[in-house]
This record gives sequence, structure tokens and C-alpha cells, in this order.
Amino acid sequence: MSDPAVQAAVTTNASLNPRVKARKDLIKRFKKNKAALISFYVILFLIVVSIIVHVFQLFGITITPHSPSAVNLPDRFQGPSAEYWFGADHMGRDIFSRILHGMILTLGIGFVSVFMGALVGVPLGIISGYYGGKVDAVIMRIIDVLLAFPGILLALAIVSILGGSLVNVTIAVAVYSVPGFARIVRGSTLATKKLEYIDAIRALGAKDGRIIFKHILPNVMSPIIVNATLYIATAVLTAAGLSFLGLGAQPPTPEWGAMLNDGRGFMRDAGHITLFPGLAILVVVLAFNIFGDGLRDALDPKMKN
Amino acid sequence: MITYIIRRIFQLIPVLFGVTILVFLMMHLTPGNPAQLMAGETAPPEVVERIEKRLGLHDPLPVQYVNFLKKVVTLDFGVSMRNSLPIIDELRPKFWVTIELAIYSTLLSIFMGIIAGIVSAVRKYSFADVAIMLVALFGLSMPNFWLGLMLMQWFSINLGWFPPTGWGSPGQVVLPVITLGTAGAAVIARMTRSSMLEVISQDYIRTARAKGVRERVIIYRHALKNALIPVVTVTGLQFGTLLSGTVLTETVFAINGMGRYVIDSIMARDFPAVQASIIVISIMFVLVNLIVDISYRYLNKRIDLNG
Repeated sequence: MSDPAVQAAVTTNASLNPRVKARKDLIKRFKKNKAALISFYVILFLIVVSIIVHVFQLFGITITPHSPSAVNLPDRFQGPSAEYWFGADHMGRDIFSRILHGMILTLGIGFVSVFMGALVGVPLGIISGYYGGKVDAVIMRIIDVLLAFPGILLALAIVSILGGSLVNVTIAVAVYSVPGFARIVRGSTLATKKLEYIDAIRALGAKDGRIIFKHILPNVMSPIIVNATLYIATAVLTAAGLSFLGLGAQPPTPEWGAMLNDGRGFMRDAGHITLFPGLAILVVVLAFNIFGDGLRDALDPKMKN
Repeated sequence: MITYIIRRIFQLIPVLFGVTILVFLMMHLTPGNPAQLMAGETAPPEVVERIEKRLGLHDPLPVQYVNFLKKVVTLDFGVSMRNSLPIIDELRPKFWVTIELAIYSTLLSIFMGIIAGIVSAVRKYSFADVAIMLVALFGLSMPNFWLGLMLMQWFSINLGWFPPTGWGSPGQVVLPVITLGTAGAAVIARMTRSSMLEVISQDYIRTARAKGVRERVIIYRHALKNALIPVVTVTGLQFGTLLSGTVLTETVFAINGMGRYVIDSIMARDFPAVQASIIVISIMFVLVNLIVDISYRYLNKRIDLNG
């Protein structure tokens, strides 16, 4: 024990907060899952690319092979080539460039809507689970009502009230994710509340607010994160669906769902217009699904078969 | 069991009230005067006035809601703003088309999902297992409307095997049902696999094996029966996703069902029609969930009695 390095290692290890240790274990377990790790890097890569493309565009510099809105009618319906990697659409616009420019919309809607949904759903779930009784009953009945609208229908109803636009689609998808968050967080809160140490803290005189923020919230964080990841996948699909229906992004916005809707009329002449935007959606959703599955398995090793 | 069913039905009442209130408020939450919106911006005031009267927009809100509810209970959804025909008459045939589409797709999901899930679980970590789970993951991650477009591209436009649009003839059914059923099949396959694996690892299966029961009998007689219980729940939940998926599938294949009707009504700002379709779809979903809950309870109980 005289070696200072060993001494240091022992003390840091001993001073490791159990929560920090749990997080380190989690990262270790997650890293063992190669597919999930790759998905994580894919997501990071897509985020970075979409931001770079967008920021340069803001300064008027197009770094994609073509401008996303440059109409070039003589080249319309051209298949994939060295000039147009994913082909040209019905107005001769480069599909590859449009996909790159649309990426920030897809990812943005996914992240923002799920974040907004969590911002409402998580407090509802915690309040419901923590206080129980009448508050719980009222909140859960409201959640039941929201859950009575299957899938995209709630989003459709909201868009039909607010009108079709990207912002409204984001709001609609956010509302759509609220009940899921509320339910899951409520369940975890109930489980956490029963732990003995919460009773002990309360006996020591801790106030509700302190218990919720310092003890309940950190404990319900992991299901929130897993859900948020998987919800981003659903959100991307829902938003693309709404735009495909003509209720979200409007042309000429290079939103992927809207691009699929554009290409629908020209499938006989140029199938590639509908091929690539769909593949792009598939890649993003797949990455989030694999990443989310990996996170869930890492958080709950017992669940994994 | 009977008391459970009755209690469960009573629990539906607040949900149904909530749904109708929300749908009722839809029209009033819309920015601007709904009558003006429906009539169009350039409509003369007399027309707007007439629509307002027809919708009873001058009454206080609670009175309007009660009137609305009375009509909903008798399935009187008023007349469409587009053609002044009673909405219920327009909805009825479309309703059956959507139900058909949903049922066929659900059957496909169950059939494909359970078989794939069993194969995966029985041959854990084999090539078949990995391949099936990979396909399932893709099935989950694919936008169903895009899958529909791709199927149409290959099988209708390129190969000419199936008609690209419409509903009714057997050929017209194939592609929409695959489009709509794939995601559900993926979810059910994943659920069946994990549920089977859990059951197989339990003591009574080991006992059966020790007794020398044949593997086939163990899988189909002993394990599957218990493994399917969570699958029932997932299938019920999946039905909701499926119902809303009809909106996209019907749009892709130009099927004249309720899903397409909702979208057309939203586009035309035909609020009574939107309200009617949303209420009908939600009630259907709530009832399916009720059936699923009851059968789940029934299946579970049978096991309690057996065990």
C-alpha cells in the first residue's frame, strides 16, 4: 500500500459515488453491444453532418453537390449517376442534396418533439406516482383519454385543429408522446417511492420537492432515456407520415416524407424518387431503434435473453 | 370474471366522455371562426351565418356539447360540409373496408409473427434466429407507407402481378395487407421470441424434459400456451397502431376507406366528418382493448387454476 499510485486508485474507487459507478457499468455493458455502439456513432455522424450542411446553408454556402432547390428541368427523372448520386426528381433537383438538407428537419422534429413530450409527460408521471390518490386518478384518466386515440390519429386531430405545417407536426407528435412518458415514469416513481431509503430520508425531514428532485428523478432517469430514444424513432416515422399525407412540411421543403409524396405521382417514370428518401428514413429509425434496444439491455441486463 | 368485465366496462365511461369532449372541442379550439373556415375566407356573411346556425354555434358550450353527445349516441354525425349528405351513410361502407383491411392485416401479423418468433426462440442464436430478428428490426423501422410504395413499384408497376390501387378483388388485397401487417408481424415476432425464451427456461419445462417428453410436444403443448399470453396484449396494442396505419396505407393504395376519408375531410376542413371518423376509430380501438384485457385476464386465470 506504499505505492502512491495504488493508494490513489484505492481512494478514488472508494470515493466513487454508487450512481457514478452504476453509470460506468452501464457504459461498459453498452459498449459490449457492437450493433448499438455502431448505431450510436451513426446517429452522432448524421447529427454532425446535418448541422454542418445547415450552418453552411445559413451563410449561403452550399456544400452538397447541388443546391437542394436548384430546378433543372432537362435533367428531370434522371436515374442515379455520378452527377446525381441518388438521381434527380421530377423537377431535376438532386435527390442526394435534398436528403442531406432535409436531414436536419427529420432529426430536429424527432428530438424537439420528444423533448417537449418528456417535458410534460415526466412531471405528470412523477406527480401522479408520488402523490397518488385523487391527483393520480385525475391525471391517469386524462392519460387514458389520450391513449384512446390510436397512434397517428391524435396527431392527425391536432394537425387538423392547428393546420398543417412543420411546427404543428412537431407539436402534434409531442402531444402524442406525452401519455407514454407519463405512464412509464409513474410506474418507476411508484417503485422508487417504496424503497426504504426514501422513507428514511422523509423521516429525516426532507421536503417533497427535495425528495423528488434529488432522489426520485435520478432513479427514473434511465427508463426516461430509453423511452426517449425509442420515441424518437416513432416520432420520425409519424412526422414523415404526416408530411407524406400533405399535412406537414409543404413543398418545396426537402422533408423526406414530403419528398416521398412528391415522387408518388412519378413512380412509373422514375422509381428512384421514392426509393431514396424512404431509405433515409429507414436508416435513421433503424439507428435509433438499435441504439434504444441496446440502452435498454444495458440498463436492465436481466431482461436480455 | 363477470364482475371484472362489468368493472372494466364502467371504467370505459370516463374515457368515452373524454374522447367525445376532446373531439367536440376540436372545432372550438381551431383558431378563428369554424363556420367561416368551413365556408371559406371569401364566403358571404349569410353563408357563414347559415353554417353557424346549422352547427348550433350560438348556444353556450355545455349545451352544444350535450346536443353533440345526444347525436353521437344515436350515430347521427350530421351532414358533411362537402356534399351535405349524412356522414354516417358515407362512413358505413368505408368503415367495413377499413375493418376488412385491419382484420386481414392483423391475421397476417399474428400468423407471421408467431411462427417467426417460435423459430427464433427454438433455434436461439442460430442463423435463422439472427436473420428473423434482423428482418423484424427492419420491419419495425420502415415507414409503412414507403414499404407500400416499394411493393407497388416492384409488384404492380414492374412485374404487373397485382393491381396498384383499389380494394375488393383478391389481387387488390395482397399488397395493402402486407404493407399494413409487416410492422405488427415484427412486433409480435419479437414479443413471441422473448416470451418463449422466458417460458422455456422455467422449471416445469425442465421437468417435462426430464420426464422425457418430446421436444416438439414441449414447445407446442407446454411452452407456447403460456408464452402467448403477453403476445395477446401486444396484438391488441398493435391493433391501434394498425388502425391508424390504415390512414397511410389507404392513401398509398387509393383505398376508399375511413383512413382516406379522415385525410380528405381534414384537407377540406369538413369538421363534422373529421369528428365522426375520429370518434368511430377511437371507440373501435377502446373496444378492442377491452376485449384484449378480458381475454388476457381469462387466459391468466386459467393458468392460475391449472397451476
